[in-house]
Amino acid sequence: MLKYLIEKEFKQFFRNTFLPKIVIALPFFATLIFPLVANYDIKNINLSIVDNDKSSYSSQLIRKIESSGYFRITDVSSTYSSALKSIEENNSDIILEIPNHFEVDIVKEGEAKVLISSNTVNGIRGGLGSAYLNAIISDFNSKIRSGLMQIIKGKQVPSLEIVPMFKFNPRLIYRVFMIPAIMVMVLALICGYLPALNIVAEKESGTFEQMNVTPVRKIHFILAKLIPYWVVGFVVLTICFFSAWVFYGFLPVGSFITLYVFTSLFVLAISGFGLVISNYANTLQQAVFMIFFFVITFIFLSGLYTPVASMPKWAQFLSNFSPLKYIIMVFRLVYLKGSTIPDLIIPFFSLIGFAIFFNGWAILSYHKKN
Amino acid sequence: MIILLLLPIVLLVLFGFIMSYEVKNISFAVYDPSRDIATQGIVNKISMNEYFIFSGYLDSPKQIEKVFRSGNIKLVIVFSERFYENIMHTGDAQVQLITDGSDPNTASMVTVYATNLIILYQQELMGEMKITYQIKPEIKFLYNPTLKGSYNFVPGVMGMVLMLICAMMTSVSIAREKELGTMEVLLVSPLKPIQIIISKVVPYFFISIVNLTTILLITVFVLDMSIHGNLLLLILISLIFIFVSLSIGLLISSVVDKQMVAILISGMVLMLPVIMLSGMMFPVENMPFILRWLSEIIPAKWYMNAIKKIMIQGLGFSFVLREFFVLSSMAIILIFASVKRFKYRLE
Repeated sequence: MLKYLIEKEFKQFFRNTFLPKIVIALPFFATLIFPLVANYDIKNINLSIVDNDKSSYSSQLIRKIESSGYFRITDVSSTYSSALKSIEENNSDIILEIPNHFEVDIVKEGEAKVLISSNTVNGIRGGLGSAYLNAIISDFNSKIRSGLMQIIKGKQVPSLEIVPMFKFNPRLIYRVFMIPAIMVMVLALICGYLPALNIVAEKESGTFEQMNVTPVRKIHFILAKLIPYWVVGFVVLTICFFSAWVFYGFLPVGSFITLYVFTSLFVLAISGFGLVISNYANTLQQAVFMIFFFVITFIFLSGLYTPVASMPKWAQFLSNFSPLKYIIMVFRLVYLKGSTIPDLIIPFFSLIGFAIFFNGWAILSYHKKN
Repeated sequence: MIILLLLPIVLLVLFGFIMSYEVKNISFAVYDPSRDIATQGIVNKISMNEYFIFSGYLDSPKQIEKVFRSGNIKLVIVFSERFYENIMHTGDAQVQLITDGSDPNTASMVTVYATNLIILYQQELMGEMKITYQIKPEIKFLYNPTLKGSYNFVPGVMGMVLMLICAMMTSVSIAREKELGTMEVLLVSPLKPIQIIISKVVPYFFISIVNLTTILLITVFVLDMSIHGNLLLLILISLIFIFVSLSIGLLISSVVDKQMVAILISGMVLMLPVIMLSGMMFPVENMPFILRWLSEIIPAKWYMNAIKKIMIQGLGFSFVLREFFVLSSMAIILIFASVKRFKYRLE
């Protein structure tokens, strides 16, 4: 019985001219294009400089900032208000104002101020940019200080060296962080949307009722809807792996088998979720909106874009209920750090839990009567 | 229908509260072979900071790899030997800040925070020794002093919700009528085609207006963001954008006969570019040339820029002239195209 039902699903799938193309094209293009787009590298921060001092110190400082590689000087203004104008016109992100008598104040008074104003509409750019600038200034500060101290007193200055080191991704390439998550996103979109839309489309065209009057058992019906998308999930994932390798030479440190094992659980969970939605929606429009709503909530709670640790407490708690959180974690750990299944026991059982929960719910909420 | 009114609210709350750029609750471990007053001082300084949580000392450098693999530790601080002595005399004292680079921005954020704290410690040490020649940077955050993520996302959510409701709903509902055959009934009725189009569009127009109002109310009262610019200007720009989205919806429905295809087209071809390319999630300036160019033709990008300027930066009409003209011309072109293309007959 199940065999015929599955055969029917596959026929239905391939008869549609659009679906097979989506299943092939979406993962392919997503892995090609998204990593280019989803690039949060904070480089080339545009700096507007107001140098009221025009001394040798101020020009040394400006040269130091320019050579740091983070900043691009796009505007040199004579007053703060005209620099502010360049921020308003989006020509610069940060203003550095060096006050009058900057050099004289350092040498004579022992203290001078500089003003950093950053545009923080985009918080990460503005915040990180001004922190970089701060670090460069204090580095500059300790250089000139030790110069001055030696000239004047000949006394040692306490000094230490700070060496940053980035593990697993030493050059901090953002792409490496996004690609595994993008694969998961594509999986969630295809394997979550399609089963739900498939059933609701059957409801709308009336074939669903025909199905209901047959002696097919509920569990067989649900299984017949699940298994094809399970297969589709593997196809999608393989295409993702392949194009990540071809375009970006990106291969996991861990093993593909671990990834496939976790994917098989995740696809079961997310397709089960799609089936639950389809049991409650009567029109395609409703189904689309419900899924869109939940998938987007899952995605944002999952830590795909912003780390879970920086969310408020209630959101951290809610994020435990997003299946995407676990699978994205697994993909990133396996791809970047080469973790193995024993390291990933918690996500493993969580995903099994989700799969059982959603599919159980799908079977229970599916009624053969209207 | 309720979900249409609920969706913008939930999206806003999600974006407003969850999407935070601040890296908080950073657990860090320390490997410290010196254990002297300077290393104590630095560890204390960092532990006292609200962003950092001290999770313990490591016994050997071998443990560093292990703590990273288990996932929770974001930063390991490694001090060199005889740290204090070296600070004061040889200048060879070294602090290594090892972070988990698999999340690049968190890693650089953590490094910068920790570096600034260590520098602060160093300055205090010098203060005790009465060493001067200090440059004190004064940092001012314009427009968004608490670095809330919502400032960047609210305009994006507005663009996304309006696009979703206007374009997707219109195209799907027309495709639905075609699929069910009721479109035929309408077309043979004595109604003029333009009347059919208008009556299809008007309900979604009103829903968008309602959504716009709720979004603005939530932004002001729940997310605590005030509207700095002119409210009328904001509404004017939004209306133009709504017209653009509605005509895109009509255009899609004129090409499409099946709901499923309408959904997929508006989902994949409209929603994804709006989310990915409009600059809402990811900075446009980092994209390769072709995509940057492509982002120029996305209406939502122009709309978002205008909203940011008006709402957050509080700028006047003269600053949004460009956005205004681009959106208006898009609206005119699209309305003409969709009315012209709208099929009055079924094949």
